[in-house]
This record gives sequence, structure tokens and C-alpha cells, in this order.
Amino acid sequence: MTEIFGIPIQAFMGQLMLGLVSGSFYAMLSLGLAVIFGMLNIINFAHGALYMVGAFLGWMCLEYLGIGYWPALLLSPLVVGVVGMLIERLMLQWLYKLDHLYGLLLTFGLALILEGSFTNAYGVSGQSYSIPEELSGAFNLGFMYLPKYRAWIILASLLVCFATWFVVEKTRLGANLRAATENPKLTQAFGINVPLMVMLTYGFGCALAAFAGVLAAPAIQVSPLMGSNLIIIVFAVVVIGGMGSILGSILTGLGLGVIEGLTKVFYPEASATVVFVIMAIVLMIRPAGLFGKEK
Amino acid sequence: MNRGMFGYLVLLAFGLVAPFVIYPVLMMKILCFALFACAFNLLLGYTGLLSFGHAAFFGTAAYVAGHAIKVWGLPTELGLLAGVIASALLGWAFGSLAIRRLGIYFAMVTLALAQMMYFLFLQAPFTGGEDGLQGVPRGKLLGFVDLANDINLYYFVLAIFVAAFWLIYRTIHSPFGQVLKAIRENETRAVSLGYDVAKYKLLAFVLSAALAGLAGATKMLVFKFATLTDAHWHQSGEVVLMTILGGMGTVLGPVVGATVIVTLQNELADKVGSLVTVIMGSIFVICVLLFRRGVVGEIAALYKRMLGEKA
Amino acid sequence: MQRKLLSIALAAMLIPAANFAYAQAKPAAKPAAMKISGDTVKIGVLTDMSGVYSDLGGQGSVIAAQMAIDDYVAQYKPKFKVEMVYADHQNKADVGSNKVREWYDTQGVDMVTDALNSGVAIAVSKVTQEKNRIMINAGAASTRLTNEDCSPNTVHYVYDTYALANGPGKAVTKAGGDTWFFLTADYAFGTSLEQDTSNAVKANGGKVLGSVRHPLNASDFSSFLLQAQASKAKVVGLANAGGDTINSIKAANEFGLTKNQRLVGLLTTIIDIHALGLPTTQGMMFTEGFYWNLNDDTRVWSRRFFSKHKKMPSMLHAGTYSAIMTYLKAVQATGTDDAATVMKKMKATPINDFFAKNGKIREDGRMEHDMYLVEVKKPAESKEPWDYYNIKAVLPGNEAFQPLALSRCPLLKK
Repeated sequence: MTEIFGIPIQAFMGQLMLGLVSGSFYAMLSLGLAVIFGMLNIINFAHGALYMVGAFLGWMCLEYLGIGYWPALLLSPLVVGVVGMLIERLMLQWLYKLDHLYGLLLTFGLALILEGSFTNAYGVSGQSYSIPEELSGAFNLGFMYLPKYRAWIILASLLVCFATWFVVEKTRLGANLRAATENPKLTQAFGINVPLMVMLTYGFGCALAAFAGVLAAPAIQVSPLMGSNLIIIVFAVVVIGGMGSILGSILTGLGLGVIEGLTKVFYPEASATVVFVIMAIVLMIRPAGLFGKEK
Repeated sequence: MNRGMFGYLVLLAFGLVAPFVIYPVLMMKILCFALFACAFNLLLGYTGLLSFGHAAFFGTAAYVAGHAIKVWGLPTELGLLAGVIASALLGWAFGSLAIRRLGIYFAMVTLALAQMMYFLFLQAPFTGGEDGLQGVPRGKLLGFVDLANDINLYYFVLAIFVAAFWLIYRTIHSPFGQVLKAIRENETRAVSLGYDVAKYKLLAFVLSAALAGLAGATKMLVFKFATLTDAHWHQSGEVVLMTILGGMGTVLGPVVGATVIVTLQNELADKVGSLVTVIMGSIFVICVLLFRRGVVGEIAALYKRMLGEKA
Repeated sequence: MQRKLLSIALAAMLIPAANFAYAQAKPAAKPAAMKISGDTVKIGVLTDMSGVYSDLGGQGSVIAAQMAIDDYVAQYKPKFKVEMVYADHQNKADVGSNKVREWYDTQGVDMVTDALNSGVAIAVSKVTQEKNRIMINAGAASTRLTNEDCSPNTVHYVYDTYALANGPGKAVTKAGGDTWFFLTADYAFGTSLEQDTSNAVKANGGKVLGSVRHPLNASDFSSFLLQAQASKAKVVGLANAGGDTINSIKAANEFGLTKNQRLVGLLTTIIDIHALGLPTTQGMMFTEGFYWNLNDDTRVWSRRFFSKHKKMPSMLHAGTYSAIMTYLKAVQATGTDDAATVMKKMKATPINDFFAKNGKIREDGRMEHDMYLVEVKKPAESKEPWDYYNIKAVLPGNEAFQPLALSRCPLLKK
């Protein structure tokens, strides 16, 4: 049995793979946060709760409507996206002229409402959601078992992150979006409907969170609290990476997931806090974040 | 004597007789959280810094004080002091890091640092993890007042609250407090006037952390244990809610907010279970959208308007 | 103005000073020893209504408690009223402890039961001792309740980690599973169970290769199970319960752990077997405190319970019923609800009902009764829903639990 640094290779690769999976979620969620922050200057505390709602919708689709995994992957983000747009129109738009902190507080309140409602309806212990047939089982790579579903998570999130980056950086729509972020009044003068873009952006960010949720459902328990612990780590990721660039968020998310996974192998007690410790260090050496621009 | 003083004395009188009409443990809980909210308000309402991680100070002091009293055998007063010192030191450490960023980033950093403390508490053996630090004896005040008696403890807690409240009041109405308000209003201008803004912010942070710690250590004394709930981010969110509901930037706002929230939770916890979280969230949303000045703020504005019309 | 303020403040200080003096002079009024306060016996059921353990206790415990009260009043026609209150402790020691304190201070609750979740139970035990009431713990497992944290006011009624550990610890180790790795819930119960099982394994010639702690109600067991696989132990002991056990077993199957290693769920109940299904759990061996299909008495009671709860009872449910009956009988026999008197009567009375055979409450608060080593049936062997167990052995009360001589309880005079 081969060993790396004194750890059996199976354990090492296994934790590394799990680290990549976590990193994929960190990347997707911090991407969503970055996109929303870029356009609205609001930190969406409800992001974790919407991730949870996305997972629950996927579960409810199966449980109550018999709708399977693949349609749910499209349906759930769609529904949550619409909900997001409603939130933006009905509540967030009144806060743009105020201090940014109010946006954080509002979304915090929304997160509590969502979490509380689902806890009330379903209790705190999780619901299970089975892995779809096509993706169950594992690849036997010889030195480790790679569960097919976890490989799919990494693949799907990379695709989505790349697609988002492509749209924002390389398409005309993305160009309009970036223009609207930098100078809304001027962009509006060019005839582009900025409020509509803002609403769609928020909806898209929420949909991204929901997509991550459905992706997570078969791997972990679908529970009302699944989003809240995750979102705080994602905040730390965002502080480390800075919200200047999309690519930065993706790389930071993946990188930190891998670091966390490796910590579990060599020093498991620290694995829960390693991301925060890194954040503290980055704050001391480079306060704007690794990819951030000083504002 | 002016109206303000009279108002405070009425409240004090109420505080003195309250334990005979209301369950003393509930009153003490309200006082502790009122202190927590007032300490928090010093940072949010008067310096303009939103910290989302104040539960770290609340919890740290509770654990340190509990450990000091239970395991090291310190007398009650010294145990509380140990807790306050611990949270002040932590406040200095976290503050120095957090102040490097502004606005929203500041909030996120404080949240993340507090979460780190939560995980440290979860794993550290001396805290008892999920079980909590239990069975902390209340001890005797000054060696002879038996604090196991709820009524005795109540007056001790009330004295602590009044002293800390007076300290906050004096801080707010001092030159130091004026600079803090200036920083809140327009930080750039404060810098251009020559004030070392970072130092003021850090000092405010440490003071706020120390008093939050006092609240946490005192609460620990009332209930005789410290648990992870004290350091959980829900606790941080709750104190923000209390301050905003009561009215940030007002002196009595946090007290009102704390009273409302603690009473609400007490009454509703049995009847509606997890819906309490939904109600908290809804209050948050309503306050942010429609009710930004909070209860005391709205009353003050109403009062001024009435006076304005009469004049 | 300052002087006026000061003088008023000083005058105001007279109020508490006067009260303080008054309180010291007159001792707090105590209810007369030989009466039942308010002619009502109030029983509090503190349980986990919506969390990871809600199926083991939860609503079922409340139903069992109400059944006990109704049956008792109908059969024994006591002169006093019996009332019940219940609350959800959400698996938080502070929530449970504060609730119980409030119950004792403001609602005159005399006895608290269930209290599943060892962390909560230990906290509640301390409050109960402080306020001099009685706690009959039917739900929690940690042996600390009768050792380090024992109390003259607490009875540990149904099961504990020592009894749970010895059944499989001995049987599985002797059958060849001599290297163990533990997946432990990170709080009083899990660590207690891991400790007791480790001792049992070592006493029977086995070795413990390591352990990993997981948070209560963990959402993802994959990284912990990877560590279990890496240890190459023959047996993976699950020192957790309820939802955590169910999820650990599911994840273990997903990661192929069960192909090479044997899983032992150290606290498993019929509820968990029902949730996981016989194909996944067949052949599992563990200690149980109650089985509905044991004899006619258990069947009759359990079918009544089933008609109300729609699920067969766990040992916690049956234990809660029996605990309340035992308590009420002692109250009626002594004519009072004073804790010390009732406790003395309970410790002097043997217990033999459908739940407990050869039951006896010892000095340290431990209730000894027969426990059962069970093995889960193969799907083909099961004749009806919930018919899941083969009883491999009866563990007599005085052997199943930790001997009194080894107890670390500070109350016992040595």
C-alpha cells in the first residue's frame, strides 16, 4: 500500500477529492455572491438560505411531484431565480440609496425567515435524496474509489463557473452588465434598461445558488441548516479572494476547498478553522484580498 | 431636574421592584441582553461599524469566567473580571484585523472571525463542546452575600447593568464619543481634521467587546453554564436585531429592543417552536424597510415633531 | 442637581437593602413535608421534538407519558390530580436547562422525564438537584449520570452506554472482530459510548485502532468514513444515534465500506432498523432495552401505542411509560411529592412490569433491569412489519450494567 507523507494514498486522494468537491461549492457560491455584489453592491446573506431552498425544491419535486433529478436541476434554479427577482423588486430596490449595510441586514432577515420556515416544516434532521441511477457507483481507479456522483459535482460546477465567466467577460450581454456596474446613469442613457439588468442579475445569482443546492442534495443531507454554516465560510472565501474578478472567486474557492481537504488528512482538528485562519493572514498581508482591487 | 434624568430614575425604580412581579431569572436575562445590546450599539449606532460577530465576545467571556470560577476557584467578582479581560483582549485582536477593511467587508470579517471562535470552542476540551460548561457555582459576593438566592443575584446584576450603562452614557457624551459620531457621519472628514481614526475605531471596538463580555459573563452566572449557543452566529444576529429594533444611535433603544426580543422569545418559544426564527427575520425585514429608526428613534422623532408643531 | 440625584439613588437603594435583610431573616418557605403541593402532581416531558433524535423520543414520548397518566388515574384512582407539560429542548443544554428551571420555579413541576440527549440530561440533573425535585431519565445514555454527575434526585431508568457497549463489545470481538475504529458523536453521549465500548473490546482481547469525532447532526459523513476505511480496522463502531446512525450507515454503503469492514451501530433501535430496512441492516447485533414482540404483555401494550403513534415503540417510549407509573405509585404510597421521600420509596420497591423484568433502582440512581442482545433478522425471516429482531441472549439486570463496586459516584459512601 503506497503512502504519501506517511498517509495511505487512498485516504490522501479520497480527502483531496472531497476537498475539490467542497471547493466546487465554495467557487459556485462565491461566484454568485461576486456577481450580485458587482451589480447591486449588496452582500446577499440569503445566498446560503437560497442554496438550501434549491436543495429542498429538488427534494420536494421528487417527493411530491415525482420529478426526478435531471429536470429538477433546471426547474429548481428557475423557481428560485424568479423568487430572487421578486425579492429584488419588492424589497431590495428601496435600499440602493442607503448605506450598503442595510442590504446585508435585509438579506440576513430573509435568510432567517427561509431557515425558520423550513425548520418548522421539516425539522432539523435532514431528508435524504438518493443519487440518480446514472451517477451512482464508483470508478475503481486502483489507488482509490472515486464515487461517480462526486466527480459529476466537480464537472458540473466547473462547467457552470466557466459558462458564467464566459458570459460576463466575453459576450455583449456581459459587457452591458459590466458597463451598468461601472456607470449606471451613463449606461441607461445609452438606452439599456439598467433596473431590468439589476433584477435579472440578482435572479441569476440566486439561481446559481439553487443550482449548487440541487447538486449538493444527493451528496449530503438536505436540511434547513445546510446553508448557514456554508455561507460563513463562503464569506471568508470572498474576503480572501476579493470581489474584483470572477476568475479570482472561482480560483480562490477551489483552492481553499483543496487546502481544507488536505488539512483533514494531516491535521484534522484544524480543518474547520483553516479557512478563517487563512483569512486572518491575508488580511494582515494584503487587505484588499488576493485578487481584489483597492476601492 | 430635567426630563431625561427623571425618565432614567423611573426606569431604575421599576428595575428595583421588578423581581417581585416578574420572574427574576427572566428579568436578569433581559438585563444581560440589554447590556449586550448597549455595548453593541456603542459600535454600530455611535461609530457606524456593523460587527456581525459580537457573539464571540459574549461567549468568550462566558467560558473564561465560568472556567475561572468553577475550575480555578476564583471568587465571583474576579471570575467576571477575568471574562471581561479575555473578551477585551479578543476585541483588540479581532478589531485590529477587521478595521483594515471598511463597510461590508468589516461585517464579513467579524462574522468569519467569530465563526472561527465558535469552532475553537466546539473543539476545545475545557468548554465541554456540545455539552457546555456546566454547574458553575454562583458563589458569594464580597464573601458573604449568597448569590444562589435569585433575588440577591438580581440586585447584583442590576448594579452591574446600571454601572455599565452609566459608563456607556458618559462615553457617548464625552469628547471621545463626539469623535466617534464624527467618524460615523463622515470618516474622510474626520481624517482630514487630523484624528487618528483607526485608533478611535479600535478603542471603540475594544470597549464594546469588553462590555459585551461583561454581559456574557453575567448571563453565565445567572444560568450557571456557558454553552455554544452563546458564541453562535445566531446570537450575533440577535443582538443586531435588538439594537436595530430598539433604535441604533439612541441611548435607550438597545434596552427596549432587548426587552422586546427576549420577552417575545420567552413567550413564543413553547407555542410556535421554530417559527420564532421566522418572526425574528420578519422583524428584521420590516425594520430595515420601514422602521429604520427603531422604536425609540420613532418615538423621539414623533416627540420632536409634536414639539415642533407646538412651538 | 447632582446631589439631588445622589440622594434619590441612595434612597432607592433602601428597597433592595430592606428586602435583602428580610430574606436573610426569614428562611424561604418550604412546602410542608407530608403533603402534595397544590394537590397536583405535575410531570414534565423534556424531549427532542424535531431534531436528530425526534424519532427515538419526541412525540412518541409525549404519547407514552399521556398513556401512563391516563392508565394510572383510571386504575388507581388517586386523590391528587396528575398533569403533564412537555417541551422541545432542541438538543441544546441551555434551552433544556432553562426550560426545566422555569418549570420548577413557576409551574410547580415535580418530576421531569425523558430528557434524551446526554448533554441536556446532565444539565437538567444539576438543576433538578438544585431545586430538589426528581428526574427520571428515560432517554439519555451517558453513564456520567450515575458516576461523575450522579445525584440523589436522579434516576437513570432505561439504558446507558455501559449496557449498550457490553452486548456487542463482547459478542462481536469474540466472534473475530478484534480491531475496532470508532465514529463518535462529539458530545457526552458519544464519548461515553466510545469509552465504554473500548473497555469492553479490550477486556475481550480486542484492540482499538483509533477514532474520529463528528459534530452532532452532521450533514456529511464522507470524510469521517474515509478515515475509518484508512484505519483498516475489522469493525467500525458507530458511537452515535438516531439520524446520525442512519446517515452513517447510508454513507458507509455508498463508499463501499461495508464490503471490507463490519459496521456496528452501538445505539440502534427498532426505529432506525425500520428507516433503513432489513436488507441494509440484517445481521447487525446490538443491545436493546425493549422489544415489542417479546411476549404477550409487550405485544398488548405496544399495539395500543401503535394505534396512537403509528410506529412501534422504542425502549425510550416504553421506558417513559414505566417510569411515570413507578413514580406515581411511589407518590400515592407515601402521600407526598417531597423528592427525598418519594426517591427512598422508589429505591425500595422492585419493578416488574411489561417493560422491566427484575427491575431495581440502586443507590447511585441506576435502574437495573434485564437487557437483550438482539440480532436483526434477514428479510426472509421477518413475518410482519416491525418483526425485526431475533433475541440472542438475555443480559440479566445485575450483569448488564456497571457493577456498583466500580461506580465513580461521589455520593456512595466508600
